[in-house]
Amino acid sequence: MTRMVETTYRDALREGLREALRTDERVFLMGEDVGSYGGCFAVSLGLLEEFGPDRIRDTPLSESAFVGAGIGAAIQGMRPIVEVMTVNFSLLALDQIMNNAASLLHMSGGQYAVPLVIRMTTGAGRQLAAQHSHSLEGWYAHIPGLRIVAPATLEDARGMLAGALADPDPVLLFEHGSLYTMKGQLAEDAGAVDIDHAAVRRPGTDVTLIAYGGMLGRALDAAEALDADGLSAEVVDLRTLRPLDDATVLESVRRTHRVVVVDEGWRSGSLSAEIVARIQEQAFYDLDAPVERVCSAEVPMPYARHLEQAALPQVEDVVAAAHRTKG
Amino acid sequence: MTPQDARRAVAAALTAIVPDADIDGLPDDASLRDELELDSLDFLSFVEQLSTRAQVRIDETDYPELATLGSSVAFVVSRSSGA
Amino acid sequence: MAEFTMPSLGADMDEGTLLEWLVHPGDQVRKGDILAVVDTSKSAVEVESFAAGVVDALLVEPGTTVPVGTVLATLSEAGGAPAPVPPAPPAAPAKRAKRAKRAPQPPRQQPQQAERVHSPLVRRDAQALGVDLAQVPGSGKGGEITREDVRHAAAAAAPAPAPAAPAPAAPAGERARVTPYARRLAAELGVELGAVRAADGATVRAEDVRAATRGAPALPAPAPPPAAAPGVDPMRATIAAAMSRSKREVPHYYLANTVDLSRALAWMHERNRDLPMDRRLVPAALVLKATALAVAAHPALNGFWVDGAFRPGSGVHLGVAISLRGGGLVAPALLDADRLSLEELMAGLKDLVVRARGRRLRGRELTEPTITVTNLGDQGVEAVYGVIHVPQVALLGVGKVVERPWASGGMVGARPVTTMTLSADHRVTDGFTGARFLDLIDRHLQQPEEL
Repeated sequence: MTRMVETTYRDALREGLREALRTDERVFLMGEDVGSYGGCFAVSLGLLEEFGPDRIRDTPLSESAFVGAGIGAAIQGMRPIVEVMTVNFSLLALDQIMNNAASLLHMSGGQYAVPLVIRMTTGAGRQLAAQHSHSLEGWYAHIPGLRIVAPATLEDARGMLAGALADPDPVLLFEHGSLYTMKGQLAEDAGAVDIDHAAVRRPGTDVTLIAYGGMLGRALDAAEALDADGLSAEVVDLRTLRPLDDATVLESVRRTHRVVVVDEGWRSGSLSAEIVARIQEQAFYDLDAPVERVCSAEVPMPYARHLEQAALPQVEDVVAAAHRTKG
Repeated sequence: MTPQDARRAVAAALTAIVPDADIDGLPDDASLRDELELDSLDFLSFVEQLSTRAQVRIDETDYPELATLGSSVAFVVSRSSGA
Repeated sequence: MAEFTMPSLGADMDEGTLLEWLVHPGDQVRKGDILAVVDTSKSAVEVESFAAGVVDALLVEPGTTVPVGTVLATLSEAGGAPAPVPPAPPAAPAKRAKRAKRAPQPPRQQPQQAERVHSPLVRRDAQALGVDLAQVPGSGKGGEITREDVRHAAAAAAPAPAPAAPAPAAPAGERARVTPYARRLAAELGVELGAVRAADGATVRAEDVRAATRGAPALPAPAPPPAAAPGVDPMRATIAAAMSRSKREVPHYYLANTVDLSRALAWMHERNRDLPMDRRLVPAALVLKATALAVAAHPALNGFWVDGAFRPGSGVHLGVAISLRGGGLVAPALLDADRLSLEELMAGLKDLVVRARGRRLRGRELTEPTITVTNLGDQGVEAVYGVIHVPQVALLGVGKVVERPWASGGMVGARPVTTMTLSADHRVTDGFTGARFLDLIDRHLQQPEEL
């Protein structure tokens, strides 16, 4: 039996990076403060010492420039991992990400693939206010040519990077800021994981809670609370936000006939909206209640703790939504 | 009243109560209440109709005599001839 | 300007057919006058006016089926005195006058909506729903057609359910919401959605459909729902819907009491002997009178269960179950039966039966029964355990009068007796009330001269 070790989400991410750097010469990490400082969220702490400044590269504060450099390196045969501090800052590099990374394969008639991985922090809950706290991965999930993944567990934090690097196209990996300190047991030999499928994190029969990233924990806590109310909730972790794994979602809907989608993004035009639309398109006749959504309040994320918490989906919101689906 | 007249009077009284009844096809010994599904009010109406048409007085004690088509005709004949 | 509309003559009525106009434009009518005869699925009903005035326009042609609430005719204010009615049709509204100029002799009965202008929304809806606006009576201001009218017309004209997809039997206007999954499940399980009750009162969900199957014997999966079969007689369907609802929703309790009728019948025969035939009584009249008096003393059995609460009746209006030749039954009301003398009650009963069989009942008689009496004794059964006619809360069954050995005062003798049963709604009364009610009927029948 595999030995389990106690670890954190942050350490699991670092192990993933370390493994990639060790096993593939083409891999390098660059971004703001990833070297000497060890990463703004300490994910790359110690990697500069281990792999040297050629492979762990600090960059100027210019997202557009260093993401563009990553794209160029990828086209030239490298396997760059670019860290953008938060998804809010990634907007400075949106032109590179969308107009270049996501489009070049198509615009070049298949001649130039862009095997680039961009890691960034997303989400709220740490009182970092409106310029550091938003959940914009749903926007990126709108863009053809990108793959979007969102590890929510230690296994995925450890293993998604390998899958992302193996993908010949650009992959954006969203690390939820509230998860870095999440502790748990991870198999000592944990490694690459599939990045194509959603996962049922908890089986249930009465209602499906769909979540990803930072909201998975809320959904699982809600499922616990619902269990006490006599409602058996199934929890689906989307894992990959583009392309969406419709099959896993729909199978669950066909089991439970009721759905709550939990999305830290804003409701209007959100990923949750897309999921609800797909359920309606493909499983309408399995629905025994309107699909419920629990999303963040449509405000710039507040700084004050109580306001921030009020703006975010809470466990009790999910529980209430699940009860509403029971009529 | 002749038996023919009496039969006509009974038939007319019944038709007034049950317009679509097939009186001609009704056996003489068939129970009117059963065959024509008469309830007590229908039967009372029948008695009223018959009394008027045949010009005979019919008392409650006479009701058993009106159980069938045949007995009703016989009753009318006996009462009208006696009057 | 007052409007004369298609009345609702029962909780289950959502449309009616105008059979006949009994008035003409220009006629002076008083409140309570009968203006038209309307065919419900139960009976032809004479409909009275709730307003006084002069008939201005008849908007619906005889033979037309329209939703409840549709304006059938308009009445203009009569003013105080009925005298100055002009011999010619009364001053017509401007619209009609204009038309008269253009076409000097317009046939009066031609529906005037032909010239009406409809709102874009109404026209769009009508087109989308395939509704011919010329055939739609308007309920809006000045007879304008509203979107609601178009929707009603479309619902009324909805074709019979396609044989493949059994549709719910519930009237389209008040169809309950059904979730997509519940709808699919119902089709798979052969459950008729019209008979499925939503546990939350609003939306039929899968669980409600399953509950409905648990209540009913398991049907083979693809079996067609029985009540939705095409070609079902409308009266049968009406009875089916009402009785299903009653058995589904009303917690019935049943009580029975055998009543010695020897005194009552002896008194009646004695009385009948002195009376001309057309004034003779039947036992049913005595029973109804005794019942009416007992109902008056037990108001909790007299009224309706509406919206989760009991609403007492405004008088004792005994619904008398009358079977119709050719099948089916109606239970029109003997209005204020407790205040009628025996003779009046007997005359009223005969009149009611004649008109029920002739299908010429009046609206109030169909809508206002506050308790029903069913007398299957005439058909030879000893006791009837009836189904309450919702929203009423009680039903009295009267069995056949039979001779039975009867012990009284230590002596056994043959007596004419009848078994009376009470079916009552346990939400409103308990057996205690029901028992006292049955006992009171008994006591009234022991003193026939007091009836």
